[in-house]
Amino acid sequence: MQHTLEQFFRALRASDVRVSPAEAIDASRAAAVVGYADRDLFRDALCATLAKSSDEVARFDAVFETFFARDAARPPASPSRSEEESQSEGGAQDEGPSEADMAAAEGSPLAQAVLQGDVAAIQQSMESAAARAGVSEIRLSTQRSRLTRRLLEEMGLEEIERIIANARRLPGGEGEGLADRLEAARRGLFEQAQAYVARQHDLYAAGSARELREERLARKQLNADGGVDPVDYELMAALVKKMAKRLAAKYSRRRHVAHKGHLDVRKTLRRSLAYGGVPFDIQFKVKKVDKPSIVAICDVSKSVAAAAQFLLTFLYSLNEVVDRLEAFAFSGRLISVNDILDDHGVEQAIFKVLQEIGFQQTDYGRALQDFSEQHLDKLDRRTTVIVLGDGRSNFADPRLDLMKEIHDRSRAVIWLNPEPESYWAQGDSVMYRYARFCHVAKQCGTLEQLERIIDDVLRSYVPH
Amino acid sequence: MTPSPTAANAAAADPLGSVDALIEGLGSVGYIASRRIATALFMAAKLQKPILVEGSAGVGKTELALSTAALLGLPLIRMQCYEGLDESKALYEWKYGKQLLYTQILKDRMGEQLADAPDMEAAMDRLHGMGDLFFSEPFLEPRPLMKALREDDGCVLLIDEVDKSDEAFEAFLLEVLSAYQVSVPELGVLKAKTPPLVFLTSNNVRDLGDALKRRCLHLHIPLPEAALEERIVASRVPGIEAKLTRELVGFVQSLRTMDLRKSPSISETVDWARALVLLHADSLQPELVRETLNVILKFEQDIAAIEPQVVELLHRR
Repeated sequence: MQHTLEQFFRALRASDVRVSPAEAIDASRAAAVVGYADRDLFRDALCATLAKSSDEVARFDAVFETFFARDAARPPASPSRSEEESQSEGGAQDEGPSEADMAAAEGSPLAQAVLQGDVAAIQQSMESAAARAGVSEIRLSTQRSRLTRRLLEEMGLEEIERIIANARRLPGGEGEGLADRLEAARRGLFEQAQAYVARQHDLYAAGSARELREERLARKQLNADGGVDPVDYELMAALVKKMAKRLAAKYSRRRHVAHKGHLDVRKTLRRSLAYGGVPFDIQFKVKKVDKPSIVAICDVSKSVAAAAQFLLTFLYSLNEVVDRLEAFAFSGRLISVNDILDDHGVEQAIFKVLQEIGFQQTDYGRALQDFSEQHLDKLDRRTTVIVLGDGRSNFADPRLDLMKEIHDRSRAVIWLNPEPESYWAQGDSVMYRYARFCHVAKQCGTLEQLERIIDDVLRSYVPH
Repeated sequence: MTPSPTAANAAAADPLGSVDALIEGLGSVGYIASRRIATALFMAAKLQKPILVEGSAGVGKTELALSTAALLGLPLIRMQCYEGLDESKALYEWKYGKQLLYTQILKDRMGEQLADAPDMEAAMDRLHGMGDLFFSEPFLEPRPLMKALREDDGCVLLIDEVDKSDEAFEAFLLEVLSAYQVSVPELGVLKAKTPPLVFLTSNNVRDLGDALKRRCLHLHIPLPEAALEERIVASRVPGIEAKLTRELVGFVQSLRTMDLRKSPSISETVDWARALVLLHADSLQPELVRETLNVILKFEQDIAAIEPQVVELLHRR
């Protein structure tokens, strides 16, 4: 049973339920306490020791159902069917395989087991063959047919085929009955092996396929044609959220430093005057923290159309995790999108923003003017400004003077551009001229880059 | 809600004997537990591991700890976590005031003691002998964690909303949770004679560290199904009519399928049932529902969204 549990842990790990050795030990202890008789009790006990979040509980349940499937030991239908057939045909034949059949099956334990309808033996042989064939190493769904074939080979299918061929060659159709029966049994075996491999695939490979997809998505160019595939959209939103949450966790950790302090001798002595010099009221040093704030300005115009949706998703997630975030979006004009982000779900919010000002002609000068006229008071020496945009201003006045003012007023200006740096001076791009007034100006083409940069930003430019 | 006498006796004898006994026992103190909850609790007691309870607000996480304490007849020690909570508030603190006061009062006495010392060194030696007096048990102010470890007959320790505490504090909890001991630099290691039964609750404000999760059993309490919720309401609100229970649970269940900022959880259902009983209602009328909607919905937008649909929701079933 210990071996089965180990296999089960592996299956769990494959579907992204992390099982550490300590947890594996706990689970084994739990299994020993509750025993294996009551399936529900066994499942709940393992679940409590192994699954550590509600997501993991759901995945645990799925894996448990597949792994300890009730019908795993279902007898293969074919041998019994072929027996019935032979009985109806021959009528006089006895229930067990005839002496002649067994003699023909000599040298092939599998053929014997099949002929005898020995389910347990077949099951056992399949398990051990699977171990030899390395079925549980399966990673991709395309490996399934090859592994099925290998599994059958390991079980000794060739022997059966040889016996069938021999039987067919017997003169006078003597062996036809046996050959037919074995043929049917072989088909049954094939189906069983296929189902077995499919089950192993579900257990061990499902998780890695998702990981692969996520990884590919993280590296995908955001401003590529068509942007993110709608199929991947949900996954992308989840990925962005995960990143934002991770960043927020790091970021809040830094804010807590303020609470730790050493004894503040001066203050304690001052207070002690009230108690006749006895330092009764102990004071501790408190490090003052500036409350950081972030102003994010996001371009949603035509030229960044593909990336806009994603940038907004990120803005949305950031808004959820950072307390003081002022979010703006612009293409021709600039508006504050704080309320929209606060009041709606992510998809609806993005739709609304795009509906209101999306996909128009970009005018960076105009947008900067709007910003400095209406919102310049939001900037002070504690504010970090993050601009998400391509810096293509359609040959309009870029209003560098306003950019300089923003630069001077705020603590840091960070510009993230979905285009690679080599494009920054080409065509109507004024990115190079803006870059002078940015503390950081970087290309940010993929999710992965974005995460790294934002992490950097929070580390070095957000005051703490 | 009256368990048969033999079962009650069995539960009273050893509620931790089996999962069924535990469900029975929790029921007798007014907590209707699902099998999964009871199994997790059973494992926690058997493996002597802390149990991390997650779930949205109001599904009965804290209540589970309170009921377990009541069932086992153990004292409950509760520690509410919040941002900035540290060892001095969770574990122990020296009674600085008392220490200072004592040194002041004993100053003269010390002077006398030291007066006949022949030289400085002898006086120092004597002082060394006295110094530790002020860092001893009488000056120790035990906080919840230490209190729990010093309960010799065991206790139920509830660490509420652990996700609200800092990561540093979480790390500090690890020693307490895995070995049931703490180190106090001045006194040495304090180890619990009987490990307490520890509940940690979390609302998922932030993700807890893996190290902490690994040391705990995990229990996620979902919003209950209708049948379970009806039993909970019936047990929590004595004297409520079965028909009303069925109606209001059905209504709340249908609310949960809708897109709300805050779905009503069990505690809201129970509050609502209490309110309706106080209003002598025997069935749900649209007018009554509209008037009492603020008991189950906690956001203005939610109330505004649901109010026009009340009649429809009531007829849907």
